Amino acid sequence: MLMNLFKFKGGVKPPTNKTQSLGLPIAQAPLPTRLIVPLHQSIGGMPRPVVQAGDKVLKGQLIGKADGWVSAAVHAPTSGTVLEVAAHVQPHPSGLDALCVVIEPDGKDEWIERTTLDYKAMTPEQVREHLQQSGVVGLGGAVFPTHGKLTASKTVPMEELVINGAECEPYITCDDLLMRERAEEVVRGIGVFRDLLQPKKVLIGIEDNKPEAAAAMRAAVDALGESFSVISVPTLYPAGGAKQLIRVLTGKEVPASKRSTDLGVQCFNVATAYTAWRAIAHGEPVVSRLVTLTGNVESPRNYEVLIGTPMDELLQLAQPKADTDGILMGGPMMGFLVPDPKAPVVKATNCLIAHSAALFPPKPEEMPCIRCGACATACPHELQPFEMYWFSRAKNFGKTQEYHIFDCIECGCCSFVCPSRIPLVQYFRFAKSEIWAREREKNAADGAKVRFEFKQIREEREKAEKAEKLAKAAAAQAAKKAAEAAAAAQAESTAGDAGDTKPPAQPVAVDAENDPKKAAIAAAMARAKAQREAVQPKNIEVADSSVQKEISEIDARRAVLDPAASDSAATSAQNQEKTD
Amino acid sequence: MDILIAIAIMALGAIVLGAALGFASIKFKVDGDPLVEKIEALLPQTQCGQCSYPGCRPYAEAIAKGEADINLCPPGGMEGVAKLADLLGREVKPLDAEEKPKQLAVIDEQTCIGCTLCIQSCPVDAIVGAAKQMHTIITPLCTGCELCLPPCPVECIRMEAITENIDNWKWKYPVVEIKAAPMQRAA
Repeated sequence: MLMNLFKFKGGVKPPTNKTQSLGLPIAQAPLPTRLIVPLHQSIGGMPRPVVQAGDKVLKGQLIGKADGWVSAAVHAPTSGTVLEVAAHVQPHPSGLDALCVVIEPDGKDEWIERTTLDYKAMTPEQVREHLQQSGVVGLGGAVFPTHGKLTASKTVPMEELVINGAECEPYITCDDLLMRERAEEVVRGIGVFRDLLQPKKVLIGIEDNKPEAAAAMRAAVDALGESFSVISVPTLYPAGGAKQLIRVLTGKEVPASKRSTDLGVQCFNVATAYTAWRAIAHGEPVVSRLVTLTGNVESPRNYEVLIGTPMDELLQLAQPKADTDGILMGGPMMGFLVPDPKAPVVKATNCLIAHSAALFPPKPEEMPCIRCGACATACPHELQPFEMYWFSRAKNFGKTQEYHIFDCIECGCCSFVCPSRIPLVQYFRFAKSEIWAREREKNAADGAKVRFEFKQIREEREKAEKAEKLAKAAAAQAAKKAAEAAAAAQAESTAGDAGDTKPPAQPVAVDAENDPKKAAIAAAMARAKAQREAVQPKNIEVADSSVQKEISEIDARRAVLDPAASDSAATSAQNQEKTD
Repeated sequence: MDILIAIAIMALGAIVLGAALGFASIKFKVDGDPLVEKIEALLPQTQCGQCSYPGCRPYAEAIAKGEADINLCPPGGMEGVAKLADLLGREVKPLDAEEKPKQLAVIDEQTCIGCTLCIQSCPVDAIVGAAKQMHTIITPLCTGCELCLPPCPVECIRMEAITENIDNWKWKYPVVEIKAAPMQRAA
């Protein structure tokens, strides 16, 4: 089928180095001694562990439950015993630990009960739910939970479904071999995505350096009677970037801070389609993936590897040469040196490259930027890396955002072409993570301010309420006393005998009208006094004479200190109320 | 006669313009000091009172009035001082306290007697619990202000520095190697 292709600006052509690992078919990697399965393998919420040390698990059994909508479940890659649920080193540039489930395989590789689902009889919601529960995530590298991308936009009609088989990074061949050997299942998986999204067209983009894969996919599409177009795209790094492939196949350019769905396009990796089909047709959750073992090794090859296999153990299969001094995860353009070779293979691990100084010579010293603009010519996102570099270097993060640093996909084209060998991408990563950290701090500070202000308002309100209550009580008491006094006065006037036991009642009544606070204090003091008088010493009748004497001495001391005592009693009574 | 007309015209002008100014000063009066808002936005909002003002806003007001110095906020650190200096056009001064890493309060739940004193002292309501029930810190809301430490009668609250994890890890600034320039031979 002839089709007009489009171009994206920039791009580079690094040596592809793909032929080394293409010689042999996919092999099954043997069971490792231990499997370290990180719980957090996809973007979004961290799945919660549902097993504990000592549990027996079967292959495909749920071990991490998805937390929220943007999150995908994690499963046991083989049958065995859970040794521990603990923090282990991650395949992450930081080399930090995160929670993992460590499983000792029992060697039986016994599956859970697998059921075939007829997805056509299910509602789209059920299919999405099933994919989430099966841990299907984007295997192209970003590991975004796939079910989250399978909801068609309500406002924009779905035009094109783009399937990414470009695999533009040098060295990596796992998608190539997958399409060659398992094209039928990939196409069936694409069929599921098509049925869920209902696009007008399905475009499968494969770089033209993989003619066998493209032929296999065409054959599978024809055999299954589908109407998908398999399109060879020119080999140019990074044609496999989602936005670049969409541009090449559809001519649509995804604007800054917009998603491709806003333009009616959705993009999936071929391996994602394959795992989605395995999950639906075979009931198999994502417990393994294809990993290319290449670089400084004797026998580079693609292996079907269980998630959680330690990288050093896996790399032994390809017989690394003696001068191997590290493992690169991902390709040479976007990958990173794994800080600890004991880190496990995760869903995002598409390739392990044995690193050696001969293969990847140490980068020469960084030189000053000469403002040649080569980076801007190479940038596939039409950014201005030299501007972003200056501002990142000067830690002027506001300016980097003005130059759209968050549109940078960190493809490494700019660093690749820089004649001064400036590690531009490292500066951009630094700037991005600083901006994120500041954003987090700002949000936390705003939240704290809101809560502090609310607490002040609440305290104010509570104080007012209490004062009102006390004033009411004091007023009632004062009224009662006044009534009593009046009654007494009446009695006095009839009896003609003047008694002055009541005068304190008068000021209280006046105060209560004038100042509720004073009234409250007076009322509290009165209550405290009553309380004090009510408390009678207990069991003194059984005490002997010496104790009696002591008590009388203490009473005498108290009588001297009386005013102070009554004050403290009043405050303690108030405190009592506060804590109540 | 002419001079009287001139004076009358000038007086009329003065009255009209004066009235306009008076009207504008009432109509377009700015409530509050806009500078306070700007200063407050730069403060970390821990509400810790370590600056000796009862919260971030009172401190911001004091700075705006020129009563307080800009180097009194330990949680803001030197970076905060630099930002304030930048906003106010003042000199950057060294912080008037030692700079600490960001911390979170942790309650030892075994020792807690449920006195509620820390709940009352927390400025951002980040402690939950009830009288004679165990209390605990809502970690994401804790600002690390340390105000809950003094009231605790059993000293069961301690501060723990926030450790680096995968979620808050940051890419490091690319190291620029400084190399000694080759010795230039004197001409």
